[in-house]
Amino acid sequence: MTQFLEISGLCARIDADGQEKEILRGVDLTIPPGEVHAIMGPNGCGKSTLSYVLAGREEYEVTAGSVQFHGQDLLAMEPEERAAAGLFLAFQSPIELPGVNNANFLRTAVNAVRRARGQEELDAVAFLKAAREAAKSLSMAPDMLKRNVNVGFSGGEKKRNEVLQMTLLQPSFAILDETDSGLDVDALRIVAEGVNRMRSPEFSALVITHHKRLLDYLKPDRIHVMAKGRIIHSGGPELAEQIDTEGYTRFLAEAA
Amino acid sequence: MPAVTETREAVEKLGQSSYKWGFETEIDMDLAPKGLNEDTIRLISARKEEPEWLLEWRLSAYRAWLTMAEPKWAKVSYPPIDYQDLHYYAAPKKKPGPKSLEEVDPELLRTYEKLGIPLHEQALLAGVELPEGEVARTPVAVDAVFDSVSVVTTFRKTLEEAGVIFCPISEAVKDHPELVRKYLGTVVPAGDNFYAALNSAVFTDGSFVYVPKGVRCPMELSTYFRINARNTGQFERTLIVVEDGAYVSYLEGCTAPMRDENQLHAAVVELVAMEDASIKYSTVQNWYPGDENGRGGIYNFVTKRGACRGARSKISWTQVETGSAITWKYPSCILQGEGSVGEFYSVAVTNNHQQADTGTKMIHIGRNTRSTIIAKTISAGQSDSTYRGLVRVLPKASGARNFTQCDSLLIGDQCGAHTVPYIENRNMAARIEHEATTSKISEDQLFYCRQRGLSEEDAVGLIVNGFCRDVLKELPMEFAVEAQKLLQISLEGSVG
Amino acid sequence: MNAITKNPKATLQSFEARFDTITDQTRKAALGALHRVGLPDRRVEEWKYTGLRFLTETPFAAPAQTYDAAQVQAELDRLGVTHGPAEALPRLVFVNGLYSAEFSRKPASAEVSFFAQTKSFGVQACPDRDPLTALNTTLAQDGVTLSVPENGDAGHVLLISIGQADAPVSFHPRHAVALAEGAKLSLTCIQAGQGRYLHNPVLEVSVAARAELQHVTVQAESDDAASLATLYAQVDEHGSYNSFVLGLGAALARHEVHATLAASHAQVHVNGAQRLRARQHGDLTSVITHAAPDCISRQTVRNVLDGQSRGVFQGKVLVERIAQKTDGYQMNQALLLSEQAEIDAKPELEIYADDVKCSHGATVGALDEDQMFYLRSRGVPYAEARQILIHAFLEEALALIPDETARALCSHIMAQRFPVSGEEA
Repeated sequence: MTQFLEISGLCARIDADGQEKEILRGVDLTIPPGEVHAIMGPNGCGKSTLSYVLAGREEYEVTAGSVQFHGQDLLAMEPEERAAAGLFLAFQSPIELPGVNNANFLRTAVNAVRRARGQEELDAVAFLKAAREAAKSLSMAPDMLKRNVNVGFSGGEKKRNEVLQMTLLQPSFAILDETDSGLDVDALRIVAEGVNRMRSPEFSALVITHHKRLLDYLKPDRIHVMAKGRIIHSGGPELAEQIDTEGYTRFLAEAA
Repeated sequence: MPAVTETREAVEKLGQSSYKWGFETEIDMDLAPKGLNEDTIRLISARKEEPEWLLEWRLSAYRAWLTMAEPKWAKVSYPPIDYQDLHYYAAPKKKPGPKSLEEVDPELLRTYEKLGIPLHEQALLAGVELPEGEVARTPVAVDAVFDSVSVVTTFRKTLEEAGVIFCPISEAVKDHPELVRKYLGTVVPAGDNFYAALNSAVFTDGSFVYVPKGVRCPMELSTYFRINARNTGQFERTLIVVEDGAYVSYLEGCTAPMRDENQLHAAVVELVAMEDASIKYSTVQNWYPGDENGRGGIYNFVTKRGACRGARSKISWTQVETGSAITWKYPSCILQGEGSVGEFYSVAVTNNHQQADTGTKMIHIGRNTRSTIIAKTISAGQSDSTYRGLVRVLPKASGARNFTQCDSLLIGDQCGAHTVPYIENRNMAARIEHEATTSKISEDQLFYCRQRGLSEEDAVGLIVNGFCRDVLKELPMEFAVEAQKLLQISLEGSVG
Repeated sequence: MNAITKNPKATLQSFEARFDTITDQTRKAALGALHRVGLPDRRVEEWKYTGLRFLTETPFAAPAQTYDAAQVQAELDRLGVTHGPAEALPRLVFVNGLYSAEFSRKPASAEVSFFAQTKSFGVQACPDRDPLTALNTTLAQDGVTLSVPENGDAGHVLLISIGQADAPVSFHPRHAVALAEGAKLSLTCIQAGQGRYLHNPVLEVSVAARAELQHVTVQAESDDAASLATLYAQVDEHGSYNSFVLGLGAALARHEVHATLAASHAQVHVNGAQRLRARQHGDLTSVITHAAPDCISRQTVRNVLDGQSRGVFQGKVLVERIAQKTDGYQMNQALLLSEQAEIDAKPELEIYADDVKCSHGATVGALDEDQMFYLRSRGVPYAEARQILIHAFLEEALALIPDETARALCSHIMAQRFPVSGEEA
């Protein structure tokens, strides 16, 4: 049986100032449907690169390995096809789109994805109703829908806006890249609740984080430790506690 | 950068097929013989049954023109124009200046319908009593100028009741000679520059607007220009005078058939705003830009200038320039009245082999005068686009303020985008700020949009529209929608 | 150059008497170009804001071979190069454009040769395009060529020009600086003098791969003089040319820079400041050409204009098709201190590559009233508060000079003309 998401032997590199830099060096990771997994690891271990490669950023060259998503070859797809297939990336640093109205952007995205999924497009009234409800549940100020995408948003507002997009786009698999960074305690709880509301047997998530706090809310099924471009250790939720107190040193030493 | 490569290819695919206004209309024309001399001018003046003073004015402009040279400072290049190889008068062979739609050649009306200008419907609306409580959609009064002649002006009755004069300038010369004589050439003098002098000598028609004291013009006024005939130049002349405390919003649109030859369009627009008066002038310029190899297209050499003569008067230019092979155009404001305000909002899009050199001049003469310039330039294909703008503060303009923001976006690596501001300040109590940036659509933005499910073309369209938003929001509603569509067509083509 | 002037030869009358003896081919070609188009007037776009009437008002003689040594010594003392940190620096002194061995001390770690002997015109200068370069090419007599060998560090060198004119003279020195791969040099050019003269230097700079040149020019010429300088710089891969010009003197001044980033990862800084008064006219013009990818250019220029002075800034950044990933930034700011002062600015971007990050900004205004009020409310008198703010405005620009001694010389020479406290000199 095909797994929901199956990453095997994934290697990727980037061209940095004329020099090829190997970042992913054989990532193996399987995420079954309905599960939330977390990736933890020291800075520069390749966590964000993994999320970009999965979402289809073109600067990264995949040199080996494969990714199966719903039984399809994910790596062969365009970024928007991956989005339509159900993959969502909550960006670590959400991008600003000057002059582009947030509601308009969301509606364009939602309808593009719905079109691709063979669903009926939402008219303006139905969309706005859904968007306002979702925004309210994330304690977002109503005017955030009227503002330009991420322009002038605080760090916390940007992260909430990412979760808002996720709520409306209804992905089956979400990657949350350090969605907790820059959030205060209240905002963290609101964002985590937003993710938890998505949980269902058809929804999986991969949470990239440095901190245990977010995982306390999200209660992941599995935790993976990543270092030097590979998953070097996997375990249950108790791993978060261990890393929080001991750091990564022991895992790094074991892997070496 | 494959993302951008694809965009570029999409843009390159755009050829003449994307110009949807390129049809020709079969109509019997009354053509003056080719060539320019005093006899041509006398002929034009005679056809228009003009008074002696206007003929003299034209002739003096022509004599001035003979001594002038084409300006060379703009960043555009084109083969020499043979000014003797053009017709300077072309009019549909019916009586010029029909008074009602019934007198208009139905072929002409069909042309305007094809262009999406509903003269008929709107004229009918104007004449028909609407049932109680029913509101017609915002009416727009239209003056349609076909080649050199105004063919129809709608809504004149409603406007007359408000005291607003909106008619072809050729008619205004007859019906309101005192007004025309008082203001014509006072903002753009007959010998102002090469093209303005040429226009002054041979202009055939255009619109005239007069809004009396304290009147807020009850509807948008609009002129649609259409060049149809071959080997003709179009030289329209627009004059808008707004008295104390009055207001008008004026829209201008233009199209032309696709032809292999280049056609000359040298218009002059003069605006006069008196005390507390306000003029909003919006243009969506979509003359035929030539084909993908740079063959054909309109040479758009236009002089537009407004005088803020009264205290606290305001003139606001908004332009969306997507057409023409060459655009040479600097809508300007002479800020004479104390506390007067000038604004210039511009989007200029060039693709294929188009060249645009456009911008504005803000001349601060009076105290506490203010100006704002927002210019967005988008270059694609092998085109070149230049923003050229002057901000001049004279010694008496204490408290003058200017803010200028110019942003350029390049799509593809075969085009050019240039920014040439001139800042001349002779007053220490003036403040001028200028900012300019040039960039391409960022990979981050494209990827972000695509991750959310947008196709690359849609993402480009969204980002470009966002880039232009500060300008587009200045357009009246009807035009903003049209302008957005035009931007997409000019750049994306393959969307959908 | 296109002929615009109706009678090109008439614009050159002040120099005509010296053209007869020219035989050299290069000079003849330059003279030919000059005769074809003449000196530019305001109708030439590049000369829109600066007229050259100064050059046509009186005939300019060639300088004499002798000079008043006491006056040169006094001038050097005043410039602050004979005492303090600059005293020990090697210096090359030119009086009326001719080398003075007596006042000079050659640098140890750079090769020095003179135009008077080599007659080498260099390769970058464009007499065909730039009329002042053509004038220089026609009449150049002397000048220095400084070469720093591969990986050599020539330290800090002063290049000083003193003008002395009882009757109008003109001198047209031809200088060159060449840094071989990995070489380093800090060069400070100081221009001063007395009387009515025309100083019309051309300087060619070439910075090879990984080489670094810091270049400061202090233009403190005689108030009756014209200083019309043209500088060409070419920077190779990973090379860096960091320049600053401080304009203080002359009745008419133009400092024109043509800098080309010729290979990837090169950097140029073309910074400057002007402080003008009375009827001075000061023009800082530059064209920075990005001719290779991944290069960086920076330009910050500040003007402070008093009296009836007129400041001009024309700065063009040209990014050629090949120059992807260009990073260009340009900022021009002006402070007007008097009702008769005038600033004309034309910051220009000409861009043909799509993957670039270029921006420019310009601001013009008077002294900030809030800042003035703040200072005065703390008890600082009006005149002093004004001086403090002007000084701060210019010091921010001078802070861009990396070489401490060069920066100190700038401050010293500026303070002489404009004492920091009390009324202006």
